[in-house]
Amino acid sequence: MATVEKDANTELIKGIWRDNPVFVQVLGMCPMLAVTNSAVNALTMGAATLFVLVASSFIVSLLRKVIPKTVRLSCYIIIIATFVTIADFTLQAFVPLVHKELGAFVPLIVANCMILGRQEAFASRNTPKLAVFDALGMALGFMLALLSLGCIREILGSGSLFGFSLFGENFEPWVVMLLPPGGFITLGFLLLFFNWLKFRKEQSGSTVKPPGNNAAEAK
Amino acid sequence: MIQDLITIFVGAALINNFVLSYFLGLCPFLGVTNKLQTAFRLGLATTFVMFVTAVCTWLLNTYVLIHAPYLRLISFIVVIASTVQFIELFIKKVSPVLFQALGIFLPLITTNCAILGLAIFATNRDYGLVESIVFALGAGAGFTLALSLLSAIREETELADVPAMARGTALNLIIAGILSLAFMGFAGLFSG
Repeated sequence: MATVEKDANTELIKGIWRDNPVFVQVLGMCPMLAVTNSAVNALTMGAATLFVLVASSFIVSLLRKVIPKTVRLSCYIIIIATFVTIADFTLQAFVPLVHKELGAFVPLIVANCMILGRQEAFASRNTPKLAVFDALGMALGFMLALLSLGCIREILGSGSLFGFSLFGENFEPWVVMLLPPGGFITLGFLLLFFNWLKFRKEQSGSTVKPPGNNAAEAK
Repeated sequence: MIQDLITIFVGAALINNFVLSYFLGLCPFLGVTNKLQTAFRLGLATTFVMFVTAVCTWLLNTYVLIHAPYLRLISFIVVIASTVQFIELFIKKVSPVLFQALGIFLPLITTNCAILGLAIFATNRDYGLVESIVFALGAGAGFTLALSLLSAIREETELADVPAMARGTALNLIIAGILSLAFMGFAGLFSG
């Protein structure tokens, strides 16, 4: 039992840091850039993706012995589309304003390649428990990336965070950060930062390592 | 009428370019743009799928989905997947040379969010059949244009002296940002 729990923890941490879907694997870019013009939008999108990813990973993992190999991708897509429809209607009912701002990007979660990728690479080959932990880790990593991008763009682009003003009256907002170019450039620089971290780690050898890496390498 | 159609076409191709201002279809945009020729061909194939999808979604919306709106997303995805499958078979039969040239990129069009995005936008805006088709052609032209532009620039950066850690996606995203900034210049095209 102890080993199972350790594995589950490894899967969870893996997605958040070492294999972060956005910064390391560069997946799920479309929603990543489109909805991160404010922290609230980013958080809502992250939560919706988390729900869809965890629920569909669980179902796919349960059905992994039933689904025939040849039509597996279509089956995954239909399972994902079902949960996205649920998420879409739920958001519409409870947070109509945010739902309106996210617009077409909630239904577009279906086409998020990160979700399909996890079903194919992980959920279809592992037990439901591990699949849920893996999905949670990946979704949290995705949320972390969305939120960091959303916070940077909201702070620089409108001088506020979660709608609260930060700098007072005299702040001149960088409107470009809220517009599409700001999204591309901010994500570009974030990736540069992550590359730099990796670069520095490689140069300093094995002395400095984030905790997620040690656990993975012990395995 | 004609003027409306031109507005829809130019709007989808330049002003609200699918890639550079709606962030749709970023995976092929960042993934397959290392050569100008492949990027251009992929753009054309995607345009064709967009065209077929636009016609199918219009038919679905008009005749089927008024009875069951909650099935919208699932039926769109199924239509797109089967369209791509059908086109794959068709091209394989009619022109094996083109099939060879497109290779793996053809099936990957299924998971391109630009196609699903097109279907959803066309539905949300209540486009008729002709408008949907023009919208699809405009979006496809814009997609091809963005892909070709980025790949042409990337071919140049291959030879440039770039710091090792900036190579790859980080650099491409920053180039895309600058391209997107340039495309914002089209924003005032129809206001005056």
